[in-house]
Amino acid sequence: MKISEICSLIDGVVVIGDSRLDDEVEYAFASDLMSDVLTVKIQNFILLTGLCNIQSVRTAEMSDVPYMIVCRNKQVTPDMLEIAEESNIVIICTQYSLFRCAGVLYTNGLKPVY
Amino acid sequence: MHLEFKVEGGDFSNAGSASSQIKRVLKQLNIDPSVIKRVVVALYEAEVNIVAHAYRGRIDAYISSSGIVLKLEDEGPGIPDVGKAMTKGFSTASKEVREMGFGAGMGLPNISDNSDVFTIDTIVGKGTSLNIEIKFR
Ligand SMILES: Nc1ncnc2c1ncn2[C@@H]1O[C@H](COP(=O)(O)OP(=O)(O)OP(=O)(O)O)[C@@H](O)[C@H]1O
Ligand SMILES: [Mg+2]
Repeated sequence: MKISEICSLIDGVVVIGDSRLDDEVEYAFASDLMSDVLTVKIQNFILLTGLCNIQSVRTAEMSDVPYMIVCRNKQVTPDMLEIAEESNIVIICTQYSLFRCAGVLYTNGLKPVY
Repeated sequence: MHLEFKVEGGDFSNAGSASSQIKRVLKQLNIDPSVIKRVVVALYEAEVNIVAHAYRGRIDAYISSSGIVLKLEDEGPGIPDVGKAMTKGFSTASKEVREMGFGAGMGLPNISDNSDVFTIDTIVGKGTSLNIEIKFR
């Protein structure tokens, strides 16, 4: 699924990485527990999370996660943007809940990691 | 190559900076991305554990052509029951740590899962030392 398509399905706004709207991603994983995310063995999935702080972006960096969705309209801070920029991470913000994002994206064909 | 880093307990804004720098070095050395992921995931979990559970610590990374050896030593409360701490789901993390997205009790088992050699030495009331070794192929 294209990043642009994901954005339109969840009414999302790209806060960093808008040059990569045409990128394709196949798998998704949703969690607020960073150690849970760090157990995912594949690379190249999109992370759905309600956790909006420097450690959620750090976790994406360490896990080679190139895309993340921050749910429920939380404020992405400048230090988060800095890490995202350095590590080439696209951050999408949406007002939808984690549950709703996961439901919509699953129904439209994004695959679960497990 | 030897790299060393200091880690401050409680300093979540810098937690992961050592892992991030080591990731950059391994990328420059053209190490296989799946191996890099194993190294930085194990190191990041161990680094966050110092921030979350100890007072201060240091990380020494020794990189050779065959692999990486990571030594993490902290001054902290130590781990009274290592077997229990290694059990998935066991955590004594504080509310503050949980608010940062940690405290699932999955870090130590995941370090073990990602490394070729993993040992814990700990003295209650003094601190904890981890030895993590990962081969590059
Ligand atoms: N460096 C350390 N010093 C003191 N206690 C530690 C240290 N590392 C781990 N522990 C203890 O072992 C427990 C389990 O650690 P583990 O990393 O598996 O889980 P966690 O840190 O609680 O949560 P998670 O890693 O999933 O975010 C901790 O809750 C803590 O009680
Ligand atoms: Mg931990």
